Amino acid sequence: MKTNGHKPSPAAHLPKCPTGIQGLDEITDGGLPRGRPTLVCGGAGCGKTLLAAEFLVRGAVQFDEPGVFMAFEETEKELTANVASLGFDLAGLVRRKKISLDYVHIEPGEMQESGEYDLEGLFVRLNHAIDSIGAKRVVLDTLEALFAGLRNEAILRSELRRLFRWLKDKGVTAVITAERGREQLTRHGLEEYVSDCVILLDHRVNDQIATRHLRVVKYRGALHGTNEFPFLIGDEGISVLPITSLGLNHKISSERISTGIPRLDAMLGGRGFFRGSSILLTGTPGTGKTIVAANFAQAAALRGERTLFFSFEESPNQIIRNTLSIGLRLEPLVKRGLLRFHAARPSLYGLEMHLATMFKEIATFQPRVVIIDPITSLMDAGTASECRAMVTRLVDYLKAGQVTTLFTSLTQAGHALQQSEASMSSLMDSWLLLQDTEGNGERNRVLYVLKARGMAHSNQIREFLISDRGIDLVDAYIGASGVLTGSARAAQGALEKAAVLATQQEAARRKRELERKREAIERQISGLRSDHESETMELRRIDEQVGTSTLMLTTERTASGILRQADAKVTTNTRRDPRQGRKIS
Amino acid sequence: MKTNKARRANKAVAKSRTARRKSKYVLRLFVAGATARSRQAVLRVRQLCEVELKGGCNLKVIDIYQQPKLARENQIVATPTLIIEFPPPLRRLIGSLANISGLLVELDLIKKGKITL
Repeated sequence: MKTNGHKPSPAAHLPKCPTGIQGLDEITDGGLPRGRPTLVCGGAGCGKTLLAAEFLVRGAVQFDEPGVFMAFEETEKELTANVASLGFDLAGLVRRKKISLDYVHIEPGEMQESGEYDLEGLFVRLNHAIDSIGAKRVVLDTLEALFAGLRNEAILRSELRRLFRWLKDKGVTAVITAERGREQLTRHGLEEYVSDCVILLDHRVNDQIATRHLRVVKYRGALHGTNEFPFLIGDEGISVLPITSLGLNHKISSERISTGIPRLDAMLGGRGFFRGSSILLTGTPGTGKTIVAANFAQAAALRGERTLFFSFEESPNQIIRNTLSIGLRLEPLVKRGLLRFHAARPSLYGLEMHLATMFKEIATFQPRVVIIDPITSLMDAGTASECRAMVTRLVDYLKAGQVTTLFTSLTQAGHALQQSEASMSSLMDSWLLLQDTEGNGERNRVLYVLKARGMAHSNQIREFLISDRGIDLVDAYIGASGVLTGSARAAQGALEKAAVLATQQEAARRKRELERKREAIERQISGLRSDHESETMELRRIDEQVGTSTLMLTTERTASGILRQADAKVTTNTRRDPRQGRKIS
Repeated sequence: MKTNKARRANKAVAKSRTARRKSKYVLRLFVAGATARSRQAVLRVRQLCEVELKGGCNLKVIDIYQQPKLARENQIVATPTLIIEFPPPLRRLIGSLANISGLLVELDLIKKGKITL
C-alpha cells in the first residue's frame, strides 16, 4: 500500500488488502482484492499454507485486521509449531484474540452419508469464529480435503459456491488454498468458484537447483505483474523478489571514499570511489582480488564505517590470517564491531536464499560498505538469468541505502578478461581489472581501471606489488618493447640507469679532453706571443742599431764631406738607403 | 478458557458415564435450524429410538445456530450429523437419514438379528 503512492485516485480502483508479504504487494499493486476470495494454488511443498498464514499474521500484526484460519489438514498445534519456525507467534495472537484457529477434522472412515445434507456446520463454525474476533481476513486451507471426506460431489459443489458467495457477502478477504491439478489450476476445479484473483505457486528444479516461483494468473479488475517471480521462504516469512520493485531513483552522493591504497586513489581521480557506488573487481585466479577487497574493508573500518564482508570461498579466520601476512590487521576491527564477516558455502542453499540471508545481514548490521567475495561463486547456485536478476536486485538494494559495494569476480581461464559473469559489468559504476602478465619465466600482477563512471581516471597500467607491508602500485615500464613488469621492469630500469651513467661519463670525458686541448692551444698561443715579442724587440734593437750606425755614417760622411767639400746629392742617397734595405729584409 | 473447556469436558465425560449406566445407546444429533431436512432427521432418529431401541437410548438434539461452540467442539461440518458416541467406536452419519438402513447397520442391529429389512 505504501508503494503505490504514484497511482491515480484509489477510488477508481479495486479496494485492496495489503498482505504485508515482502514483494507480493508490489506485484499485485497493493495487495489482494479486499472483501473477495483469492485462490492460491500450487503443488505439494510450494508454500501455500505458509503464504496464507503469513497473510493472516501480518494482517493481524501490521494492519490490525484479525483473521480466521480454518485448517483442514493440520491441527492447531501442528500449525502453530510450523509457522513458529518462521517467527510467527500464532499462539500469542490466538490468546490476544487476533487470530482464531479452527481445525476441521474430516475422517472419511467414520463418516456415513444418508440422504441430503448441507455444509451449514462449516458455515456456522466460520461465522462464529469471524464474529467472535471481528475478523477481516479468512484462510481456508485446503478446502479440497472436503472432497475426500464427502462423497456427494453435487452437494459439495453447490455448497462451495454458496460458501464463496457467503464469504463475499460477509465482506472478508479470504485466501483459499488448493492443490494443483494435472490439467487445471486445481485438482477439483475450485478456480471455477473463485474468480477474482488466482495466484499460482510453483517449486521446480533447474540444474539441480530448486527455486520457488509465484505468478498472479488472474486478478480481475486490477493491474498486476504477470511474470513469474522467484520467492523464498526465509526465517522471516515469504519474500517475493520482483526485480523491478526498486527502480532507478535512489539518492546519489558525491562523497568520495578511499580505496585503502593511496596509489589506487590517485588513479581514480585522486580521491577514490564514490560513496554508494558499486565496484567490480575482476581478475584471474591468484591476482589478489581478496587482498584488494580486504584492504578496502580495512580502510573503511578504520574510518569508523561499518563494513560487512561476505565471503563465499574462505572462512573469516583464514582471511584474517592471510591478510595479516601482508600487514592488514582485521581482527581488532572485528572485535570492535566495525567489521563483520559472513561466510557461507554457495552450494549451501539456493540463490534466492543467499539473497535473503544477505538482505537480512545487511538490514541488521546496517553497513556502509559491503564486500562480496566473490560474486562468481554465487553464480553456480542459479541459472544465468536468475543471477542477473539477483545481482540487479542486490545492487539496487545497496544503492538505495547508499552502501558502497565491492564485488570481486573471478574470470575463468579461457574467458576474455573484459567479460564479466552474467554481464553484470553494466550494472557497475567502477571496474578494476587485475591481471597476470607472464614473461621471463615469471608472473606479475598488473592493475588497471577499466571504467570509473563520473571521474577522471588513469588509463595507465600499474604493477601491483604485494609485500609484507601491504599493497603497492608501481609504474610498469611501458616502452617500445611493450609492458614490462617484475624483474624485467627492474632490469630495464637498471639498463636505463646504466645508459644514463655511461652518457654522463662520456660527456665528462669529452669535456676534460676539450679542456686539455684548449689549454694546449692557450699554451701555444702564449709561446708564439712571447716569440713574437722577442722578435719585435730584436727588430727594434736592429732598427736602433741601424739608425745609430747610419747616423754615425752620415755624420762621418758629412764630416768627411765637409772635409772633402762634397755635394749634397750624395747625402740624400745615403739617407734613403736604410729604409729600402729594411723593406727588402 | 482452558479451565472452562476442561470443566466442560469433565462434565461431558460424567454425563456419558451416567448415560452408559442407564442405557445402551448415546446419540447426538446436530441440526442447523428448523429446516425440512432437520425435521426429517429428528423425526427419523426419534422413531428409531422409540421403535427399534425401545427407548433404550439417550438422544440429544442440538441446534448449532443456538450453540455454535458445540459445532466446533464436535467437529461438525455437514448438517444434519448424527454422532453415535456409544457404543464405540465413534461414528458419524450425515444427511437427512432418508435411507435408514445405513443407520441401522451402524447400530449393529441387523448383524445381531434383532431386525430384518
